[in-house]
Amino acid sequence: MGNNSWVLKMAMRDFRKNFSKLMLFVSAMVVGIAALVAISSFGDNLSKDIDSQAKELLGADLVLGNNQPIGDQEIDNLASAVAEEINFASMVAFPSTGESRLTQVRALKGDFPYYGRLETVPEGADKSFRDGGRKALVEKILMAQFNAEVGDSIKVGELTFVIEGELQKVPGQTGITATVAPAVYIPMEYSEATGLIQYGSRLNYQKYYQLGPDIEIELLIEQYEEAWEEQKVNYTTVESRRNQTGRAFENLANFLSLVAFVALLLGCVGVASAVNVFVKEKVASVAVLRCLGVTAWTAMKIYLLQILLMGMAGAVVGAILGTLLQYLLPAVFADFLPVEVSLGVAWTSVGFGLITGLFVSVLFGLLPLLKIRKVSPMATLRPDENNISIKKDPLRWGVILAILLFVFGFSYFLLGGVWFAAGFTGFIIFAFLTLWSVALLVMWSIRRFLPISLRYTIRQSLSNLYRPNNQTVSLIATIGLGTAMISTLFFVQGQLLDEVKFADKEDQPNMLLFDIQTRQVDDVVKALEKRDLPIMQRVPIVTMALESINGINRKSNDTLPEEERRSRGLYNREFRVTYRDSLIASERLVKGELRKVEQAGDSIFVSFDEGYANRTGVNIGDEIIFNVQGRPLKTYVGSFRDVKFNQVSTNFLVLFPENVLDNAPKFHVVITKTKNDRQAAEVQSEIVRAYPNVSVVNLGAIVETLEEILSKIGFVIQFMAFFSIATGIVVLISSLIISKYQRMRESILLRTLGASSAKVSSINTMEYFFLGSLASLSGIILSFLAAFLLSQFVFQLPFRPAWKEAAIVYVVITALTVVLGWLNGSKIIKRPPMEILRD
Amino acid sequence: MAILEVKNVSKTYKSGNRVLTVLDEVSFSVDQGDSIAIVGPSGSGKTTLLGLCAGLDAASNGSVKLVDKSLESLTEDERAEVRNQHIGFIFQNFQLLPTLTALENVMVPLELKKNKDARQIAKSLLEKVGLGDRLGHYPTQLSGGEQQRVSIARAFANQPKVLFADEPTGNLDTETGELIEELIFRLNKDQGTTLILVTHDLELAKKTNRIINIRGGKVQEVGNG
Repeated sequence: MGNNSWVLKMAMRDFRKNFSKLMLFVSAMVVGIAALVAISSFGDNLSKDIDSQAKELLGADLVLGNNQPIGDQEIDNLASAVAEEINFASMVAFPSTGESRLTQVRALKGDFPYYGRLETVPEGADKSFRDGGRKALVEKILMAQFNAEVGDSIKVGELTFVIEGELQKVPGQTGITATVAPAVYIPMEYSEATGLIQYGSRLNYQKYYQLGPDIEIELLIEQYEEAWEEQKVNYTTVESRRNQTGRAFENLANFLSLVAFVALLLGCVGVASAVNVFVKEKVASVAVLRCLGVTAWTAMKIYLLQILLMGMAGAVVGAILGTLLQYLLPAVFADFLPVEVSLGVAWTSVGFGLITGLFVSVLFGLLPLLKIRKVSPMATLRPDENNISIKKDPLRWGVILAILLFVFGFSYFLLGGVWFAAGFTGFIIFAFLTLWSVALLVMWSIRRFLPISLRYTIRQSLSNLYRPNNQTVSLIATIGLGTAMISTLFFVQGQLLDEVKFADKEDQPNMLLFDIQTRQVDDVVKALEKRDLPIMQRVPIVTMALESINGINRKSNDTLPEEERRSRGLYNREFRVTYRDSLIASERLVKGELRKVEQAGDSIFVSFDEGYANRTGVNIGDEIIFNVQGRPLKTYVGSFRDVKFNQVSTNFLVLFPENVLDNAPKFHVVITKTKNDRQAAEVQSEIVRAYPNVSVVNLGAIVETLEEILSKIGFVIQFMAFFSIATGIVVLISSLIISKYQRMRESILLRTLGASSAKVSSINTMEYFFLGSLASLSGIILSFLAAFLLSQFVFQLPFRPAWKEAAIVYVVITALTVVLGWLNGSKIIKRPPMEILRD
Repeated sequence: MAILEVKNVSKTYKSGNRVLTVLDEVSFSVDQGDSIAIVGPSGSGKTTLLGLCAGLDAASNGSVKLVDKSLESLTEDERAEVRNQHIGFIFQNFQLLPTLTALENVMVPLELKKNKDARQIAKSLLEKVGLGDRLGHYPTQLSGGEQQRVSIARAFANQPKVLFADEPTGNLDTETGELIEELIFRLNKDQGTTLILVTHDLELAKKTNRIINIRGGKVQEVGNG
């Protein structure tokens, strides 16, 4: 009977009456498509903007960097302009209030940036601060924190500068960078006089070059690469920065697309569940068609065509919404963007959204639609006996396999790795199965153990969860997964903050003073002791570089075959080491032993952090020659330590024994514990005033910065999780509308039997309460599991359940479900009983 | 010449470990142009028998030959073809497609046969059953009697050789029921169709040429209507 035009005609006839219902079915996936198109469009536009603003990202054509002064280079003469910068972390103080904070000081000479500009208030301050005199540009986040204004003073090291302007934006820098290390620009001519350029300071020297249009940058790099390598000078070109930034944002866009994809998958579950209801309603019509001589496939095609049409409509609506939604994204990602993002319709993303929408609606709709093939014409004579089961149908398994392949393929497309994609697909299967199982288990338990003695209202509302076509399980899965995403985020965020705050226990240090010169260290200790503060650690630090390992130096390492070659980072790194003959609380010995040096001439055995040793291929017994301020020092790897780096403590990749480095040039770190935040502020202020080169970090400041960063990241994740919740809400609304007729019949029957409207209303409200509770609790259980796994295996923290946050999530999600259900149900209750009889 | 031959037909269902026999070794035949009624109490197996005769279901044992085709040797899709070409149905609960208008409902069997005059034929059939002014109405906009008349028009649309009717007046009041009966028998006579109807109503059964009385899945007697 394969008459395609007749199938089309029948589909269109049926579609007329089903339009609104089908639109409701596919509405669940609209949010997911919108999210996908929005993120993808935004990613496309961002990538174009990174390309077009690549020069502004770097601010120059070429940047050279080193932790030593770079010195004169041959290309200085080829460049049309050269600028220099020394940057380092240091405390800056605001003399008017005496407050101080660790910042990134940038001492600048020349006209950097050559592309883009330092945006300042007032305008022009970026030029005038270089006109001579002690003037500084200060990042706006710092100005806001200390209520400073242009014209106020700021103390950098020994010198006081006038704030010439407030820095709004630095080329290539994001809001997050500014939060972690806000910048203070000063003219380079004063850098020495600040007293901060001294031994132990972590200095970065940079040279910015503007090159003429006739200079081929690749050829230039080729020519000087070797010499720079020799001098340990690194270089960045516009192209390399563009690639680096582009890659980072491509990864971010892909990750966010994956989150949007989860929302889409949730929507698809909603689609499948709604189409299932649709199919149940169509069984009678299909049976009639079968009686009239329509084949099983032809009957299925009539409905498949309608799903296809609605899938298309849903995808179009989603694509339009997504394109509009994109205009919100720059505000959401404001703190993460290094370039100005232009917005507009990204046709490839729109096409991508349309195809995806169409494909998933058919794929997920097909699963319940396959049942149509099994409708017997006998259902016309015995409508109540038509239990269709396609559990053993090979086609059903084929479609399930196709869905899994689609999830795998889509995640592979976004993540670009088979294992990542398999992991993601595994997670999706696990999450759905977990939620599905939790939902089924809870519902089974209610049915099995529901006592008859329970109050009627509660019993009736619980029984309502089994109402045919109620979609209870799929609602629990969709709302539950959305809840799981949001609460996992809350839990992990809370746990990280707790961990930092937790460090502020009785015996734990909470203040760290570093960059202390040897001549200052006794005075600093005295100043702390005068305030009755304990000196919990007093650690000398010596800087050195690795010369060779087992006789292989950097040059010979480069000539080795790739599988034998060690990371260049090992040779280029500046090691900051300390010396002691014992372990501290944040470390434990895992291999070998700590060996002392008793007398001159003893072999020197150093101890490595186990993780670092494993990453760089360092083994026990390896011979390592360090270069300590120009003097070679032969050592052997004697032991490995497991070091916990997440504590306020001084931790070292390499530990020397005592009696080796006593006479080497060094600087010091002192660790103490203040009694409260006020005392911490006073100590910080006193130390910074007396020793401007000493940097002070206190736990309160770390917590504050961490909170700020986490809240910024959290906002983005919440925004993305919103799509899942929104999908859950759409599925909820559509399921309420789908089951409206049945609810209406039930409530009218109850009212006919004498129940008051208030009684019916409370039964309905209780039903939504139980539904919301089940969904949110299932989600919370899943998120506890996820938070547990993340804290154990990713953050390596002890898991502490966040009961308070869980309670908040539970209340909000349940209340939302009750309110939505109630809004929908109030109309039903108001319908007069006669209406149903006439229907 | 027999248009329907039922030979030793049995139908059994499995219910847990029990085997339930709904029809047990039923045999009879119906000649072309004949009219028969299958009567019996509720649960006697008459609807099952109708389903087997019309090829809506497959027998567990025995054979059913309808318009010279052995139904047990046909696939479900081949049986669908037979139904479309030769069979008409009238149901107790009308079974109209709710999303189609009265006219479109009647057009379906004709369109399936790729009849180019489907609209014209359907329209004239609806006029014949007195619904010429209700062509564009949906089933929910029609009364029970009107819906059954649409169903009758649909049943006769493809000029079936055999018309199966399952309690055609079961859901209607007496007066409307009589009108429907009259309509079925009139159209049946006009078109020379074989009529096989299932009913509780002995008065209606008596209007056919033959009555098959079925009890407990067995044919008790074959009498004259």
